[in-house]
Amino acid sequence: MSAIPRTVLWLAIVVIGTVSLGVVALHRGETLNAAWLVVAAVCIYFIAYRFYALFIAQKALGVNPARPTPAYVRNDGLDYVPTNRYVVYGHHFAAIAGAGPLVGPVLAAQMGYLPGTLWILAGVVFAGAVQDMTVLFVSTRRDARSLGDIIRAEMGPTAGTVAGIGVLLICVIILAVLALVVVNALAHSPWGTFAVAATIPIALLMGVYNRYVRPGRIGEMSIIGFVLLMAALIYGRTVAETPALASSFTFSGPTLALLIIAYGFCASVLPVWLLLAPRDYLSTFLKIGTIVLLAIGIIIVRPDLQMPAVTRFIDGTGPAWAGSVFPFLFITIACGAVSGWHSLIASGTTPKLIENERDIRFVGYGGMLMESFVAIMAMIGATVIHPGVYFAMNSSGALIGTDVAHAAQVISNWGFSVTPAELTQMAHDVGETSILSRTGGAPTLAVGMATILSGFLGGKALMGIWYHFAILFEALFILTTVDAGTRVLRFMLQDLVGHALPAFRETRSWTNNLVGSALACVLWGYILYQGVIDPFGGIWTLWPLFGTSNQMLAAIALTACTVILFKMKRARYAWVTVVPTAWLVICTVTAGLEKVFSADTKIGFLSHARQFGDAIAAGKVLAPAKTMGEMSRVVFNDYVDATLAALFVAVVLTMVVYGFISIRRAQAAPGVTAREIGAVAA
Amino acid sequence: MDMLRTAYKWAARTARLMVGIPDYETYVQHRRMAHPGEPVMSYEEFYLNRLNARYTIDKDRLRGCC
Repeated sequence: MSAIPRTVLWLAIVVIGTVSLGVVALHRGETLNAAWLVVAAVCIYFIAYRFYALFIAQKALGVNPARPTPAYVRNDGLDYVPTNRYVVYGHHFAAIAGAGPLVGPVLAAQMGYLPGTLWILAGVVFAGAVQDMTVLFVSTRRDARSLGDIIRAEMGPTAGTVAGIGVLLICVIILAVLALVVVNALAHSPWGTFAVAATIPIALLMGVYNRYVRPGRIGEMSIIGFVLLMAALIYGRTVAETPALASSFTFSGPTLALLIIAYGFCASVLPVWLLLAPRDYLSTFLKIGTIVLLAIGIIIVRPDLQMPAVTRFIDGTGPAWAGSVFPFLFITIACGAVSGWHSLIASGTTPKLIENERDIRFVGYGGMLMESFVAIMAMIGATVIHPGVYFAMNSSGALIGTDVAHAAQVISNWGFSVTPAELTQMAHDVGETSILSRTGGAPTLAVGMATILSGFLGGKALMGIWYHFAILFEALFILTTVDAGTRVLRFMLQDLVGHALPAFRETRSWTNNLVGSALACVLWGYILYQGVIDPFGGIWTLWPLFGTSNQMLAAIALTACTVILFKMKRARYAWVTVVPTAWLVICTVTAGLEKVFSADTKIGFLSHARQFGDAIAAGKVLAPAKTMGEMSRVVFNDYVDATLAALFVAVVLTMVVYGFISIRRAQAAPGVTAREIGAVAA
Repeated sequence: MDMLRTAYKWAARTARLMVGIPDYETYVQHRRMAHPGEPVMSYEEFYLNRLNARYTIDKDRLRGCC
């Protein structure tokens, strides 16, 4: 294309993007079509990729297409393989996409679609994608080393250890919260529970097939698995409608929590080919397929957003989570805007595949833009449903009660008029007995997805199938995460305890694996169980902790990137990482401190513990607790959560201090002090 | 027709790498070029090797989940 049409094209994208964003931001009153959101987001992604990402790659990082990448230098045809950039993109996206970007935006929707959308877009352009790309660059320049190794090498061993503790904490929280999402989606839902339970024998069958019958035929195996999965999904309706069967798949929250903890333990000690690998294949392909399907659905149906742009809960009194826009919106939507987890992927398998440093922008920045688009779709999914239904699903029983009449009345009083009949009808449409207090985002998104997908495939008759398909797809990859995450946690615990007890480090020992897995499951299981029996609904309490921890890791990764830019003597461009680092540090520290110390008992763990402690001393039982036992459990868990939040703040601040020390050293040094590995090609 | 076949080949390659199995042909080519005369794993061996590598956890291999 010649120069002039190209300029015209970009001008057009800028104009269309600006107009769409203007419509999204300024629209008031009637419903807004989701197409505006999609167009605004896509235009912003293109502009950011074309201009800002290019600037960062060429000016700030100084990518050098002539420098041989680890994929070439260490090519072994196995781990290190120079790979076509589109193939790497697919690999990288599949590795970073998970439950996070689907849940956060749904919870944020309580403030309306606008605040969350603006943060998703601004966050990805200036923080998330910058982090992913910079970490990928830094790791590619260092033989594809991990983030932990890079921090140790560039900032010292203490900083490395502190970052390691941070990762361990996140792992515990992430597993607990994700498992909680599944528990809330499956509690008292025989259809969902049956379909999800069926994935275990299906995966085992696939595992055996793939190991002994036809080794390595991934395609065949996945198709067989998928067909069986769909059969289980369809049969689930019969299970739910047959009382004798339904009762064996109807579980309360606490029972499901114990089942998932037991599952996590068993799965993590089985050989990987038997359960983890086939489940991972299924969930990866299903995830990608569903994301594509949802995108097609949104484009074809172009649904109207029922939720207002901004709701009254912008003041921080919302029912899904407590707290004002700053800092809590910015930690509620973690993945999708910026996610610390990606820094572990971007410094893991992906840099071993990068063919040329030129591809880093496409894979790192571009991959994160796609993840952000998933978050936008989740936001659309949550806001196309009736706001009354949204709040019925995302408020705990403590707020709206357990019968539809009361719930409808409370929610209508909040200003989102809804009738009991509408709530019952929605539950009936999706094949559930109740949709009240199905917190955790997944069920809400499932209703949204069912609304959109049934709009072009199957109509209302298939809504139940689509709803449970969405639940199944989220539960499937969350359970894969539970399995893989428990293994990771076990490894980290073995490493940590190994300092005192070297024999515990031997990962081939069965005793060590059993003890390690049990320990890991107890850690995340405890938090999960406390969340399930939490009278406030666990998401209310735990999601802010999860968000804080994820943003904490992002702050750590971005601090490391900033230090490295200074060590490369590229201080004049360091603002590209300094700005997002500063913002994330401000958000996580403010949120962490408020979670610990805020005098508002809805936000501060300590003041909440004090309120309940005082009541216990006075011999009173405060709602929603029902017994003295529950009262003291609330107090104890408040202290556990306060400790976790305080630890996150401590980790972030320690990293910032080490960051400053390293930057001062780098500035005092006369030349480049960054420790890159591998010579620059002549 | 050829275009379809190429498209399928690349899609399959991407899908396989998504679950951690790199391209076998590329591996064989690499062994032949860089290590002539040395043994080359069969596809089944290669597959199991990659499967175990994907889920082996050590300091460099912490898989994310979000």
